[in-house]
Amino acid sequence: MTAPPQTSTSGPRQSGLRATLADLRNASDRHRSLTIVVAMVITTVLMYILPAIPPLSIVQGRGIWYDSFANAGVFVLLAMGLNVVIGMAGLLDLGYAAFFAIGAYAYAYSNSPFSGTDLPFIPMLFVGAAVAGIFGILLGAPTLRLRGDYLAIMTLGFGEIVPIVFLNIDKFTQGTNGIGGIYRPEPLPFLGAFSPNSPFNYFIVMVVIVTITMILLYRLQDSRIGRAWNAIREDELAAAANGINTVTTKLLAFSLGATTSGLAGVFNASKLTIVSPDQFLFTVSFTVLAMVILGGMGNIWGVAVGAFIVYNIQAVFLKSINGVLETIGVPDFTLPIVNLHVDLAKVPFVDYQFLLYGVALVLMMLLRPEGLFPNQRRRQELHIAEEFEGGEGVETAGGMGAAPGGGETGGTL
Amino acid sequence: MSLLDASRITKRFGGLVAVNNIDFSIPEKSIVSLIGPNGAGKTTFFNIIAGIYDPTAGEIHFGGRQVIARPRRPWLEPVVWVVPALLVALATIVLGLEGRSETSIIIGLFLTVLTLMVVLLIGVARPPAYQRFLIRLGIFKSARPNDMVINGLGRTFQNIRLFQNMTAIENVLVGMHTKLKSTWIDAILSTPRDRREEQVARVRARELLALVGLKGRDDQLAKNLPYGDQRRLEVARALASEPQLLLLDEPTAGMNPRETQQLTDLISRLRSDLGLTILLIEHDMRVVMGISDRVTVLDHGEKIAEGTPDEVRRNPKVIEAYLGTPPADAPPAFEPADETVAPASPTVEGAGS
Repeated sequence: MTAPPQTSTSGPRQSGLRATLADLRNASDRHRSLTIVVAMVITTVLMYILPAIPPLSIVQGRGIWYDSFANAGVFVLLAMGLNVVIGMAGLLDLGYAAFFAIGAYAYAYSNSPFSGTDLPFIPMLFVGAAVAGIFGILLGAPTLRLRGDYLAIMTLGFGEIVPIVFLNIDKFTQGTNGIGGIYRPEPLPFLGAFSPNSPFNYFIVMVVIVTITMILLYRLQDSRIGRAWNAIREDELAAAANGINTVTTKLLAFSLGATTSGLAGVFNASKLTIVSPDQFLFTVSFTVLAMVILGGMGNIWGVAVGAFIVYNIQAVFLKSINGVLETIGVPDFTLPIVNLHVDLAKVPFVDYQFLLYGVALVLMMLLRPEGLFPNQRRRQELHIAEEFEGGEGVETAGGMGAAPGGGETGGTL
Repeated sequence: MSLLDASRITKRFGGLVAVNNIDFSIPEKSIVSLIGPNGAGKTTFFNIIAGIYDPTAGEIHFGGRQVIARPRRPWLEPVVWVVPALLVALATIVLGLEGRSETSIIIGLFLTVLTLMVVLLIGVARPPAYQRFLIRLGIFKSARPNDMVINGLGRTFQNIRLFQNMTAIENVLVGMHTKLKSTWIDAILSTPRDRREEQVARVRARELLALVGLKGRDDQLAKNLPYGDQRRLEVARALASEPQLLLLDEPTAGMNPRETQQLTDLISRLRSDLGLTILLIEHDMRVVMGISDRVTVLDHGEKIAEGTPDEVRRNPKVIEAYLGTPPADAPPAFEPADETVAPASPTVEGAGS
């Protein structure tokens, strides 16, 4: 009776390769954590080798690549955390950088000449994450009764308030100067201390943190809680009518998202050795949101890959493109009609970063609203309407942009 | 003994009185139907029972306990939240007076904020103990929909509200939410308890799907199911929380006669096999007259008749509500016509039983 019906439908007629792939997929579904570990090990090995060979080694040195990867890891963590809030529970959070800031400042207080303490790194990861999580609860408790747009505005406000508070209570935070000179930690005894000369240390610690976070998030997604988030995202009223306490469940999503963000904050503070309010402006929240949308909302590994790609485009590709063009020697030319002199090697591509985000997001919403690596479920949500009639598809995509999750439907009854 | 007792329930939306002063009770293990023309207030009444709307007046007892009424002194609740924090602050001030150092002030402040946070969280989560405490203080807030599920009420919706992009079995598993105990910590640690519970839940969900006649459709997305199956899946999802009282809002709307017959059989079986009490809103008179023990008729928010199906069918007020005032020379007795199935035979009494 318990035999799953799909075995009968998949049938014996499949070719060898197909069957092997299907077996592999089933096995990876059954042993999710192991799959993640294996995938991350493979990725790590690739990330270790690739910077040493041509296409990547031209762009920048090996050490700098590891440094970039570690920085990308911070955004991968942020994106995976925001994905819990937006992708799983369907709450639009525009002030996500606030929790990043709280985690970073928590670490700065524990480990700097300013406070005069020097606490170990690994316990502080948990403490920083927990502090951010508590602030997530504090913010969430009064605001999560709001729906869609209103919640977005509240979180936007919170995201603005936190850096401003850190800026203005300069007695405790040294205002604009920030808290500098954070001690470089020695996370694992055999690895040696974090230092600019050994970016590989940052990189490998980041890989471990990302792997563990990813395993935990996948477990959450497949659990009773993950199902409850999904139900709330689909239809809040029906979820409540099935016994889900929507307020506490949303609060949990909010605070777990904040926790992940705090984790990233601690790592970032330990890496930069300085925290200052201007690291946590709205642009960070927006960048992470763009990463989640581009990567594919609701799909944990998709979001992680999306964040990795976007970060590397922004921080490596755009910065080095001028240098590369100069090396290749692209000739400058004049556009005939408008008589505009163009020297590609001198165009400040980095300045156009947000323009490029904007264009990418618009194209994304038009062509592939579910993201680069969509969650299976999301894709069906967004494309089923188009199968029936074109008009409805547009409507659905518009709704996504305004408030993912369609919580509005809950209010109609 | 009655499972649910509603007395003098009134609900106003602005100037519109949707439900007016209704007394209503559901005996245990019975099937009670609520009928009435469109806009009579049936669904509003349903939503009041399910905890979605607070009534403007009146109260509902469920299983002998008052669960729903007009909120009393809700403004007092924020005061309750602040009082413990104030007490802690006072205590730390009193205890810290001797030291008068900066540390004692900081510790006091920390404890105060901590207390406030814990109390606020309890206030948001509203565990049953907290609600009982509030009632003892004279504060009353109606049960929310999720509280009603814990109290033992399951419901379906008039317009199907499944989780469209989840599979059938996931829908049922969401319905089991209150019966599963694993927390988020269990989930991220993947404790044996969590895994065992999940396995048991899946087996149980399959049984429920088989019970409503959806065997082998476990892994289909809810929205890809045919209409009748979606209705049945909603029943399965409502059953998953193991309710004592099942509210079905027009379960056979839009079904063909054969599907209707199957669902009617299912409802009868739910009562006889699982011992459920069922409250039904239904337009299809063959279903209503066939399986109901009692029928209540609403019109314009008022209860105009109540009794066994036979009594209700002969009630002149009911006939009037459904067909309008008969002209003076009309034949005196008239069967209330079937609303949804137009050419229904007048032999309604022969349909079910």
